[in-house]
Amino acid sequence: MTFLLAVLCLLLIAVIVIQIGRVTELASKIRGDEEMQLIINKRQANFSLIFVILFLIGCVASAMMYKNWMLGYGPHKAASAHGSGLDSMFDITLFFTGIVFIVTQVALFYFAWKYKGEKNRKALFMPHDNRLEIIWTAIPAIVMAFLVIKGLDTWNQVMADVKPDEDFIEIEATGYQFAWAIRYPGPDNQLGTRNYKLITGLNPLGQDWTDAKNLDDIHADKIVLPVNKKVRVRITSRDVLHNFYLPHFRVKMDAVPGMPTYFVFTPTKTTAEYREGLQAYEQYQQPVDPNDPTGPKMWEAFNYELACAELCGNGHFSMRRIVEIVSQEEYDAWLAQQKSYYLGSVRGSDEDPNKDKLFDFEIKQRKQEFTDAVEKAISSDSIADKTLKFNYVNFETGSATLTALSKYELDNLVEVMNKYPNMSIEIAGHTDNTGDVVQNQILSEDRAQAVYDYVVEKGIAAPRLRAVGYGQDRPIDTNDTDAGRANNRRTEFKILNQSL
Amino acid sequence: MANDMMTKTMHEEEALIQELGYEDHFHEHHHGDKYQSNFITTYIFSQDHKMIAKQFLITGMFWALIGAAMSIVFRLQLGFPEESLAWLKPVLGKWIQINDAGIGTLSPDFYYALVTMHGTIIVFFVLTAGLSGTFANFLIPLQVGARDMASPLLNMFSYWFFFLASVVMFASLFVSTGPFSGGWTAYPPLSALPQASSGSGAGMTLWLVALTLFVVSTLLGGINYITTILNLRTKGMSMWRLPLPIWALFITAVLGLLSFPVLVSGFLLLMFDRSLGTSFYLSEIYTGGQALDFAGGSPILYQHLFWFLGHPEVYIIILPAMGIVSEVLSVHARKPVFGYKAMVYSILAIAFLSFIVWAHHMFMSGVNPFISNFFVIFTLIFAVPSAVKVFNWIATLYGGNIRFNSASLFGIGFVSMFISGGLTGIFLGNSAIDIQMHDTYFVVAHFHIVMGIAAFFGMFAGIYHWFPKMYGRFMDETMGKIHFWVTLVGAYAIFWPMHYLGMAGVPRRYYSFETFDAFKHFAGMNKFITVAAIIVFAVQVLFVINFFYSIWKGKKLTVMNPWGASTLEWTTPIRPGHGNWPGKIPTVQRWAYDYGKDGNDFISQITPLRDDEKEDSH
Repeated sequence: MTFLLAVLCLLLIAVIVIQIGRVTELASKIRGDEEMQLIINKRQANFSLIFVILFLIGCVASAMMYKNWMLGYGPHKAASAHGSGLDSMFDITLFFTGIVFIVTQVALFYFAWKYKGEKNRKALFMPHDNRLEIIWTAIPAIVMAFLVIKGLDTWNQVMADVKPDEDFIEIEATGYQFAWAIRYPGPDNQLGTRNYKLITGLNPLGQDWTDAKNLDDIHADKIVLPVNKKVRVRITSRDVLHNFYLPHFRVKMDAVPGMPTYFVFTPTKTTAEYREGLQAYEQYQQPVDPNDPTGPKMWEAFNYELACAELCGNGHFSMRRIVEIVSQEEYDAWLAQQKSYYLGSVRGSDEDPNKDKLFDFEIKQRKQEFTDAVEKAISSDSIADKTLKFNYVNFETGSATLTALSKYELDNLVEVMNKYPNMSIEIAGHTDNTGDVVQNQILSEDRAQAVYDYVVEKGIAAPRLRAVGYGQDRPIDTNDTDAGRANNRRTEFKILNQSL
Repeated sequence: MANDMMTKTMHEEEALIQELGYEDHFHEHHHGDKYQSNFITTYIFSQDHKMIAKQFLITGMFWALIGAAMSIVFRLQLGFPEESLAWLKPVLGKWIQINDAGIGTLSPDFYYALVTMHGTIIVFFVLTAGLSGTFANFLIPLQVGARDMASPLLNMFSYWFFFLASVVMFASLFVSTGPFSGGWTAYPPLSALPQASSGSGAGMTLWLVALTLFVVSTLLGGINYITTILNLRTKGMSMWRLPLPIWALFITAVLGLLSFPVLVSGFLLLMFDRSLGTSFYLSEIYTGGQALDFAGGSPILYQHLFWFLGHPEVYIIILPAMGIVSEVLSVHARKPVFGYKAMVYSILAIAFLSFIVWAHHMFMSGVNPFISNFFVIFTLIFAVPSAVKVFNWIATLYGGNIRFNSASLFGIGFVSMFISGGLTGIFLGNSAIDIQMHDTYFVVAHFHIVMGIAAFFGMFAGIYHWFPKMYGRFMDETMGKIHFWVTLVGAYAIFWPMHYLGMAGVPRRYYSFETFDAFKHFAGMNKFITVAAIIVFAVQVLFVINFFYSIWKGKKLTVMNPWGASTLEWTTPIRPGHGNWPGKIPTVQRWAYDYGKDGNDFISQITPLRDDEKEDSH
C-alpha cells in the first residue's frame, strides 16, 4: 500500500515536471531557442558555482563533525607500534590529494561558470599544448613516486615476519562460521600441530593430541596480551575465508583454509590507557545506554575488538571477540589462571589417544596427591579420616583385572607402606547396586583380593594386609545416577595400625 | 537566423556527401531491407546495430532499476534496522522474518543475496552490457562511417546471449534456497559450498551459468567492435581521426577480449570444484559437522583469476564513459577536446596498466607481502594517465562557450565524480594504507563514486546527447536538469559520508553494526544515507519516465545536426534507416574536433581542408 502510494506520488511529480517542461518549451517558442538557451546557460552556470562552494563547505563541516569517531584522529590514534606509520601515510596522502581535490573541483565548476555560453562569446581554439601536458604528467608522477617510496617502506616494515631470535609471543586465531577460536601456546611457548580431519565437537581445532606441544595449549574466549610486547598472530580458517581484523591496532589479514597466514604487531596502549584517552572527549562522556543515564559511560565501557572483515556467510557481522591489553604482570597472572584445554576437556575421554598411558607429570602429581592424603590421614585423630579411596585404581568392566594405569597408584601405596613399616591396612572392594547382589559381593571380594595380590607381589608382608569385599552394602553416593553409581564402584583402604 | 544557418549546413553536408562520398552500391542490392522487413526482424531479432543498441539500453535500464531497488531494500535494513519491513512481505515472502511483536526484518541470508545481486547486476548487466553494449553498437558504425557492424548476425547473437544470461540470472532470484549471496566476487570456499551458505546452492549454479552466457555475449560483441573499427572505417578515417568514444570503445573491447576468458576459466574450475569433486580452490575444510575430502587447492588462485578480469573490468566500465564525456564536453563547450593525442595515449596507458595491477585487490589476502611491492608501484602509476585526462577535460572547458544542457551537465558531473573517486584510489592502492582501509566502507565509497556513479554519469551524458539521433526527438530538458542536480547532490550525500565510516574502520558487508562497540555510533549517518539513496532512486525513476515519454512525446528534431557537432553520425538523416546513409558513405577529410577554428562554429569531418589549412593535432 505504502509502496503503491509512493509510486503514485512519483507519477504525480513526473506529471508536474512534464507540465513545467511544456511551459519552458512554450517560453522558448516565444523567445526563440537561442535566447532561451542563453538564459538556461546563465542559470545552470550559477548553480554550478553555488554547488562547488556548498560542496567544499559540506566536506569540511562533515569531517569536523565526525573527527572524534574516526580512527587516526584525536581519540582514535593507533594503539600499535606500526599503526602510527599507517596513520601518517594516510595523512600525507590526504594532504596531497586534498590539494588536488580542491584545485580541480574549483577549476572544473569555476570554468563551467566562467565560460558559460554567452551571446557574443567566441570559444577559444586550443586543441593542445604540449608544455601543459608535460607539466601535468610530471607533477603527478613526482608525487606518486614519493608516495610509493614512503608507502612501500612502511609496508615492508609492517609485514616483515619475526626473526627466530626475537622475543615475541605467538598466538593463534582460527575463524569459523561464525566466531573466532583463540589458542595460546601454553608454558612450552609452542603451538601444537593440527589436522582438520581430527576436528570433533570436543576438538574444535583438530589438534593432534599425540603431539606433546598440544597438551599445554590454551583455548581462550578473548585475546589478552601484554603491552609493548611483540605478538605474532598465526591466522587460520576452518571453513571459508575470514579476515582477522583489529581496527584499533591497524591489523588485518585473511584467514585462508589450508594456508596459515600471520600478522606481527606490538600493542602500545593498555585498555585502561586507551579508556583514559577517550575520557577527555565529550562524545565519550555519554552513557552507553541512553535510557540509563547513571550507567557506565562510553569511555568506561570501551574495549578493543576483534572483527571479521571478509564476507563469510550470513553471520559475518557477528564474529566479535574482546581484546584486552594489560601490563606484563597482569598478563602473567591471567595466563597462570588459564588451564590447558587438553587436560581440562579431553584427557581421559574416549577421544584421548593417550588414555592408556600416564604422562610423567601426572605420575608425579598422583604420587604427591596420594602421599599427601595418607599423611593427612595419619595425622588425623578421627577414625572416619582413616579410610581413603583409591582415586586411580580401576578394573576392566565386570572383572577383577586391574587396568594398566591402576598400577601407578598401587606402587604409591607400596612406597608408603615401605616408608611406614609398621602400618597395616584393610583393602575394601565396593560395587554399585546394579546386577545380582551375590555376584556383586563376589566381585567386590575378588577386586580387593586383586589389589592385595599386587601389593604382596611387590614385597609387602602379607600379614600387614587384609582384603575385604562389601558388595553393594556401603554406598557413598546415590545409586540413581550414573555419576553416583560410578562413585559407589570403588576400592578403599583403611589404616588399621599406624604406630610409627 | 540560426535556423537558416543550420539548414544551410544541412544542405551543405548532403551536398558534400554527394560530391565526395564513397559509392558502395549498398542500396542497389536491397539487402538493406531484408533485415527490417517485418515486426520481428525490426524490433526483436534485429540485425541493425541501432536497434541492437536500443535493446541493450532498455534491457540495461530494466536491470538498473532492479539493481537499484535492491540497494534501497538493504539500505532500509542498514538505515532503519528497528523499523518494520513487514510491508515488503508480499514481494519478498519468507525473506522477511516477522517476529512475535509483528516487526518484520530482512533475513541476513537475503540481505547478503541483495548485496551480491546488486553488485553483479550493476557491474555486469548495467555498466558493461548496458553502457558498452549500447554505445559501442550505436556509435561505432555511425562514427566510423560504416553501414553496420562487421557481422550483424554475431551482433544479434551478442544481444540474445545477454538476454539469455538475463533470464537465467533473473530466474535465480526466485529459487527457494535464495539467489547467490557470497558477494559479487564469489570467492570460494564460500561460493563452492552449499553447506556454508544456502545461496551457494542452486542460486550459485544459475549465477555461474548466467555469467558464462554473459561472457559469450561480451566476446561476440567485442570481436565485432574491434573488427568494425579496424576494417570498416570509411575512406579518410585514419585511426588518428577517430572520435574519442570510438577509441575508448575499441580499447574496451580489446580489454574484454583478453580478460573475460580468464574469468570463464576461473568459473570453470569453480564449477569443477562444486560438482566434480576437484580441489582447485579448496583445501582442509571442515563445515556442516564434516571434514571434507578436498586437499591441496588454494582459494587465492581463484582470486588471481577473478581479478585478472576484475580489474580490467572496472576500466571496461569507465573507458566508454570517459570517451563519451570527452565528446560531449567538447561538443557543448564548442571547443576541440584538449590534447586529443594525450587522451588516446592515456587510454592506451590505462588499458596496459589495467592488466598488471590485479593483485592490489589482494594485499590482505595472504599473498606474499613481497609481490605487493610491484602491484603498489603499477597501481599508483595509474594516477598519472588519470590525472592527464582530468586536466585535459578541465582544459577543454577553459575558454569555451558552454551550452548547458542535461548532456553537458552530466559530463561535468562525471569529471567531478571521477576526481573525487579517483583520488581515494591513491589511498587504497598504497598497500600500507590498505591494511586499515581494505574491506571497509572507504572502499565502498571509492568504487561507487569512481566507477559506479561516474560511469552512470557518462552513460546519462551519452543518452541525453545521442537520444535525438536514436529516436529523432529530444529528451525533456527540465526533467533532465532535475535528474542531474538531484543525482549529483544525492550521490555525494550517499557516498561521501561512507569515507568517514571507512576511516572509523567500519567493515563493508555488515548486516548489522550493533554487535561492535566500534561500529555502532553511526546510526544517524546511516539513516541519512538511506534517505538520500531513496531520493536519488526516485529521480532515476523520473529519468526512465522521461526516457519513455520522450520516445513518443519528446520535442521533435527538425535538423540533422542539433548540437552542431562535427562527427559523422550527425550527417545521417534525422531517422537513419538500415545502412545509415541513404546514398553514398561520407568520406572523412579531417579530425573530429574542429570547433571554433578560424571563426567557424564547427567544421564537419566531411568538409575538405582548405588549400592553406593545416590539420590539427597530428
